[in-house]
Amino acid sequence: MSKHRIVIEPGSESANYWKDLWNYRGLFYFLAWRDILVRYKQTAIGIAWSVLRPLLTIFVMAFIGWLFNSNVPSGVPRILLVTAATLPWQFFASAFSEASNSLVVNSNLLTKVYFPRLIVPASTVIVCLIDFLISFVILVGMMFYYKFLPGINIIFLPLFLLLALLTAMGTGLYIAALNVKYRDFRYVIPFIVQFGLYVSPIAFSSSDIYNSAKIPQTVKYIYSLNPMVSVIDGFRWCILGEASPIYFNGFFISILISILFLFIGILYFRKMEKSFADVI
Amino acid sequence: MSNAIITVENVSKSYILKHQNAERYTALRDVIASKTKNIFNPKSEIRNPKSEQFWALKDVSFEVKQGERVGIIGRNGAGKSTLLKILSRIVTPTKGRITIEGRVASLLEVGTGFHPELTGRENIFLNGSILGMNKAEIKKKFDEIVAFSEVEKFLDTPVKRYSSGMYVRLAFAVAAHLEPEILIVDEVLAVGDAQFQKKCLGKMQDVSENGKTILFVSHNMDAITRLCDKTILLKDGTIAFEGETEKAITSYLSGQFGVSSKKTWNNLNLAPGNDKVRLLEVTAHDENFNVNNKFNITGKIGITMKYQVLQDQEIITESFNVFNENGVHLFSSHDLSEIKNKVRQKGIYTSTMWIPGNTLAEGTHSVSAAVMKLYPFDIYFHEMDAVGFTIYDSINGDSARGDYMQHFPGVMRPLLQWETKIY
Repeated sequence: MSKHRIVIEPGSESANYWKDLWNYRGLFYFLAWRDILVRYKQTAIGIAWSVLRPLLTIFVMAFIGWLFNSNVPSGVPRILLVTAATLPWQFFASAFSEASNSLVVNSNLLTKVYFPRLIVPASTVIVCLIDFLISFVILVGMMFYYKFLPGINIIFLPLFLLLALLTAMGTGLYIAALNVKYRDFRYVIPFIVQFGLYVSPIAFSSSDIYNSAKIPQTVKYIYSLNPMVSVIDGFRWCILGEASPIYFNGFFISILISILFLFIGILYFRKMEKSFADVI
Repeated sequence: MSNAIITVENVSKSYILKHQNAERYTALRDVIASKTKNIFNPKSEIRNPKSEQFWALKDVSFEVKQGERVGIIGRNGAGKSTLLKILSRIVTPTKGRITIEGRVASLLEVGTGFHPELTGRENIFLNGSILGMNKAEIKKKFDEIVAFSEVEKFLDTPVKRYSSGMYVRLAFAVAAHLEPEILIVDEVLAVGDAQFQKKCLGKMQDVSENGKTILFVSHNMDAITRLCDKTILLKDGTIAFEGETEKAITSYLSGQFGVSSKKTWNNLNLAPGNDKVRLLEVTAHDENFNVNNKFNITGKIGITMKYQVLQDQEIITESFNVFNENGVHLFSSHDLSEIKNKVRQKGIYTSTMWIPGNTLAEGTHSVSAAVMKLYPFDIYFHEMDAVGFTIYDSINGDSARGDYMQHFPGVMRPLLQWETKIY
């Protein structure tokens, strides 16, 4: 007799959920592969969209920063400051919104086959990560153009990328589970993304906020709760060096928030997962 | 007990039916609105129930042994699909417990996860992994899958450009090459053309002969009979019958009308009729008088009534009326043979009405039997739902539908002569 033994009971926590997740890694890989293959099918310029979209955002955000005369560290071109923020932001925004919609988009799979549902949002996040890596050529290109050499800090970049990924994953899981039941979130997601673009330090830098005398302390405090603030500050610190410092108080708060989001996201997702096929 | 590969114990599944909003998902607005309402009027929910519990499955228990091929039949809404979804771990039961020993692959739909933009080749890998195969397994089976699907030439064409037949063939080919220990299959053979369907059924038979356990849901009694050694009949979420396939099908068909293909009255005094004529037995049978509850659409069907004439000098007429499953009265027929208008002597008679092949449409039919006197008109008995039977079409191309696989409407199915000329 086979060693596989499955017990199906109401509300039973599948003891080997995480083992199952590992066993289904093949499906995870194929779903990500499918999304990558399909992403730019029947488009004229194909993968160039991965570069074009962030590039246009960079120009617009740099223009806004210039218009409002936001602070630029000495020796750093403004466009590089904006690029170092736009790329992780774009990654977060697309990973968050696609993970949030992933369950609804793949509802035909959810109602017809069993697999740990976490695979679906996780694979969409990976697809966005690949898009991010492609768009990274923009940054490399600009550094060549401005002959800007990053310092030793650059080795910490993967850590901040991981932080962005976990933030997108945590919030994405939470909203994805909610979206299965309340389709209101379909309208909330674009709003969050649009709102985030302006409250995160993309056109400006965190020093504009923390060093401003006009901004009350409470607002500064609220500002630091945004987990993307620490991600973007971290990216700038890695790429531009000490000229763009990390504000550690806010930094730790937003790391804590990211981890909290991830924790709540996974818990809520796991709790709702069993009823996905019933309500989707 | 020890060799049961699937053990289902008292499984129930309930759904909450919402009476007010038809949407399957809840809008946050509604939740807020109803919660607020409850603050002001906490009893409102109870007095005016908007939702009610519906049991899709109630206390279902059964066992499946290693290598068994189990059919699951029942009317629409009997809980067949819910049961398969629970066994496939797509939904969780509300109560009960299921233990499965082995790797399960479920095939609830042909081509789950097929992506229209991807090529046939890419979809084989994608669909294979969705159905639980790993990359090495798919690679090993790739050539077999392609050969089975008969779409070699179009492997690198996006499947959105495929004809629906090609699409289904490719999808089934992937599914047919799964090698789990337990295979759960929902009504998926109802696709593709006749030749391909046969190939699929053959493939399923091969699979089961290798000691695999199969759970198979179908409305196609023919396929169930051919494939399954044991059948479970579900009715309103409970098991109405479990056991031999033949008996399950008979029970299912008789359950539809409360009739079967043979009805006998043992007590003459309680039998339909009067002191002149009493009905003894009605049967549905094939041309060799073998009583059966299902007939091939192309075959001749006989309906025989056995009755006893209790008085001499009677002039009577026998009659049958045929109804379809929706209660539509398809036709009536009177005995016009040489006995018509002849005076009968006391005794037991049988009268057989022959319905030629290619007359009735597929589906379940019910026959009422009557004996009457025409002059002056008097009905001695008219027994409704005396016998019932099912007509099936094995779709060999010799029936009125030819090779057409889809729903073929109409209450009758005559095979008519056609003539087409250039004008």
